[in-house]
Amino acid sequence: MRRHISSLRVVALLLAMAFLLAACPAAAPAGGESMAADEEMAEEEAMEEEGKVLTILYWQAASLPGPYLSGGTKDQDAGAITLEPLANYDPNGTIVPRLAVEIPTIENGGVSEDLMTITWTLKEGLLWSDGSNVTSEDVVFTWQYCSTEETGCTASEAFLGIESVEAVDDRTIKITFDSPTPYPYNAFVGANTPIISSVQFADCVGAAAQTCNEQNTAPLGTGPYRIIDFKVNDVAVYERNPHYHGDPAYFDTVIFKGGGDAASAARAVLETGEADYAWNLQVEPDILRDMEAAGLGTVISAFAGYVERVLVNQTNPHSDLGDDRSEYMGGDNPHPFLTFAPIPQAMSMAIDRTLISEQLYGFAGKPTCNVIPAPLHYVSDSNDGCLTQDIDGANALLDENGVLDTDGDGIREYNGMPLKISYQTSTNSVRQKTQALLRQWWLQIGIETELINHDASVFFGGDPNSPDTYQKFYTDLQMYTTGPTIDPQQHLSNWICDQIPMRDNSWGGGNIFRGCNAEYDALFEQLTQTPVGPEREALVKQLNDINVQSFYQIPLVYRGEVSAQLDTLKGVWINGWDSQMWNVGDWHR
Amino acid sequence: MGQYLVRRLLTIIPTLIAISFVIFAVLDLAPGDPTSALPETIRPEIRQQIRKAMGLDEPFPVKYGLWMRQFFVNEPLSLIENAFDIQIGDGEKRLRVTSWGRRGVPVMDMILERVPQTLWVVGLAYLVAIVIAVPIGVISAIRQYSIFDQVGTFISLIGYSIPTFFTGLLMILLFSVKLKWFPMIYDTNLQVVDWKSFVEQLRQSAMPVAVLGFFQAAILARFTRSSMLDNIPMDYVRTATAKGFRERYVVIRHILRNSLIPVVTLIALGIPAIFSGAIITEQIFRVNGLGALLIGAIQLNDIPLVQTLTFIFACLIVVFNLIADVIYGILDPRIRYS
Repeated sequence: MRRHISSLRVVALLLAMAFLLAACPAAAPAGGESMAADEEMAEEEAMEEEGKVLTILYWQAASLPGPYLSGGTKDQDAGAITLEPLANYDPNGTIVPRLAVEIPTIENGGVSEDLMTITWTLKEGLLWSDGSNVTSEDVVFTWQYCSTEETGCTASEAFLGIESVEAVDDRTIKITFDSPTPYPYNAFVGANTPIISSVQFADCVGAAAQTCNEQNTAPLGTGPYRIIDFKVNDVAVYERNPHYHGDPAYFDTVIFKGGGDAASAARAVLETGEADYAWNLQVEPDILRDMEAAGLGTVISAFAGYVERVLVNQTNPHSDLGDDRSEYMGGDNPHPFLTFAPIPQAMSMAIDRTLISEQLYGFAGKPTCNVIPAPLHYVSDSNDGCLTQDIDGANALLDENGVLDTDGDGIREYNGMPLKISYQTSTNSVRQKTQALLRQWWLQIGIETELINHDASVFFGGDPNSPDTYQKFYTDLQMYTTGPTIDPQQHLSNWICDQIPMRDNSWGGGNIFRGCNAEYDALFEQLTQTPVGPEREALVKQLNDINVQSFYQIPLVYRGEVSAQLDTLKGVWINGWDSQMWNVGDWHR
Repeated sequence: MGQYLVRRLLTIIPTLIAISFVIFAVLDLAPGDPTSALPETIRPEIRQQIRKAMGLDEPFPVKYGLWMRQFFVNEPLSLIENAFDIQIGDGEKRLRVTSWGRRGVPVMDMILERVPQTLWVVGLAYLVAIVIAVPIGVISAIRQYSIFDQVGTFISLIGYSIPTFFTGLLMILLFSVKLKWFPMIYDTNLQVVDWKSFVEQLRQSAMPVAVLGFFQAAILARFTRSSMLDNIPMDYVRTATAKGFRERYVVIRHILRNSLIPVVTLIALGIPAIFSGAIITEQIFRVNGLGALLIGAIQLNDIPLVQTLTFIFACLIVVFNLIADVIYGILDPRIRYS
């Protein structure tokens, strides 16, 4: 009997050895290292064979290359490697020409004195990646394509207010606005409005746009690389574009890989070096610092205009009011105590913004006291006092104004009403930690806070039947991020009285905090007629100050995006105002 | 048997209709909106236009009816057309289930694109699991309470208890970050053309296959062991041994054969999990299979894609349940269906 079992024993022995072997490398690092060294050699050889490859990792996979049919940054950036606009924003917010010869201004005659037209001129001899000519017709077509309603264009915002786009000659394009437009650079500037080929997309305008699968996945471009393969929600492959108008790009192949999660994307650059660049690393700052310490790569951040802030409801959201909750009603439904400025002012003073941005946002945040945090020439410096936390000062301010704790329960009252507030935001660990910190600080000044969070797809979803959207704002405070584009007019337009969301406009306006200030409206009206220059800058600062000093909004953190690059990769200039891929043609080793 | 089969097949139809209704209703009623994935700077009017272009404004019964028609009539027709390269009716005009995340693209095309990767990685893991688990289970049972059994039990307990996202992360940290043996990014563009690229394909599949295989093997080994233990004290085993057969013969021809009946059923029931069960593992290793597709669709609120994928998974489970029952009858002649 023993004898017959012996073969089974051999199997058992082999299995045991397999387990031992699996455990072995940890115990014998020398062996492991030599393996790794061999691996590196093999990889280097492979590199020489396959040519120079740039691997870019986006943990959200691109579903289409280009910004017109899908609104995600991932899609815009996948497009930006091959598609180009007339001009780009550089990381400082300056407009730099791309397909255009120069930036039109009033001084060089490109923008008319009455601010009604802007005229762009294309560079000479531009070619599409198939070798055909780029003409002004392509620019006109791009406008027609995106502004046709049935196309469902996700970038149509940039073309609002344009009456016509005409081709004056082969290289000249004239854009006419329907009203004086002091900032005429929204259309065709930046990666969200690149030029597409009028020949390739001729049959894809309107409802047909959705079914043009081939064109949508492999658009012709003018940029440094061109698409050779696109797998939906997975990977895009590009090769050097031989018809590029600039210096030929360095890499033979660019791989734009999607999927996975932010932490492992960071790891693939910073710890294993498998990828050259990883985008939008929403990872705990401590973890990122540890990964960076491995020494392979660097964490970089880009700042545009995004501000995480607390909005202070100027109307009464009390649930007893039923359908009239958070309704402005011509100013007849004010908030019982948050409209009394010293209270939100004390709340703002009690916050340690530096702690929030350093501990919770790390590479991706700086403390701020403004709702317009950039570009620099638009930033007001009159609110910087808020950068220092002052709980004693906040308590003193409330005492002085008669907001006292009369019944000894630790919570102050205003006109007999205890300062108990509800504070909502989207479900997100950083946001919940911020909420918890604020709650603790506000407790120290005698204000009790109830914390609420909703799933982001509900909170930002805009479903008119849901009570939990940020537009309905059925709480006293709420927190989220938005920010201005490079010219803040559009962003500032949200906060005029006409923009207050209410039942009658299906909660459609942008004045979410429901604050109405005649001075603000008058200054904004002036802004819409003031061309780019020092006067415009002063107006933006004033508008920012009115908003912040009325405590309609309490700014917390100026938010950026965090990416990581390998140290061997050169030429990266991370950009918050435009696609992070905006200068991918300059990247090299 | 034939009558039984027909009866089972007929009950599948109402079952699937009920499932499809539940899936459709739950997802339709769920809060959330595909336009919420768009940047916050997009204006409400433009969001509304996009919603309209997606057909979101139709009432529920209309949407459900359309989806049923698209799924049960139009999609199979298109599939047949593509498979045999023929034309049935006006294929161009036929409405197909299309994705919201990637507007206008038929959901079925996206799914078919993903099937090979899933079959390769998850299927391979399943095979590896079976090849490892059955011998371990058999030896553990024969040598019950031996060191091998104890170690095997311990390891399979670990494999069974630790979730795959954790073992996956451990493997990445150990084999990618520390030892740099295997890549942590699965390259879906890799074409297997020669020996070298085949080795590369094996290298990049190693970790996902190991993670999934370990988990499956743990379950199967435990099951094989207990099934073997049920059979060892049986009279027929004693009879066979008394006849003077060698132990190996008795184990393989008598005990194992009988013990494998429930194991085979378990394997058949587990096949749908090949398609759906690897969701997390695919996500961790960036394998662009069906699981990753489902996760991406959920994140983007791409409801048609989620509905279709979930429903396909449900179909697979129903069908493989039937197959498992039939196999059971074939393997075990004592069971008679009437």
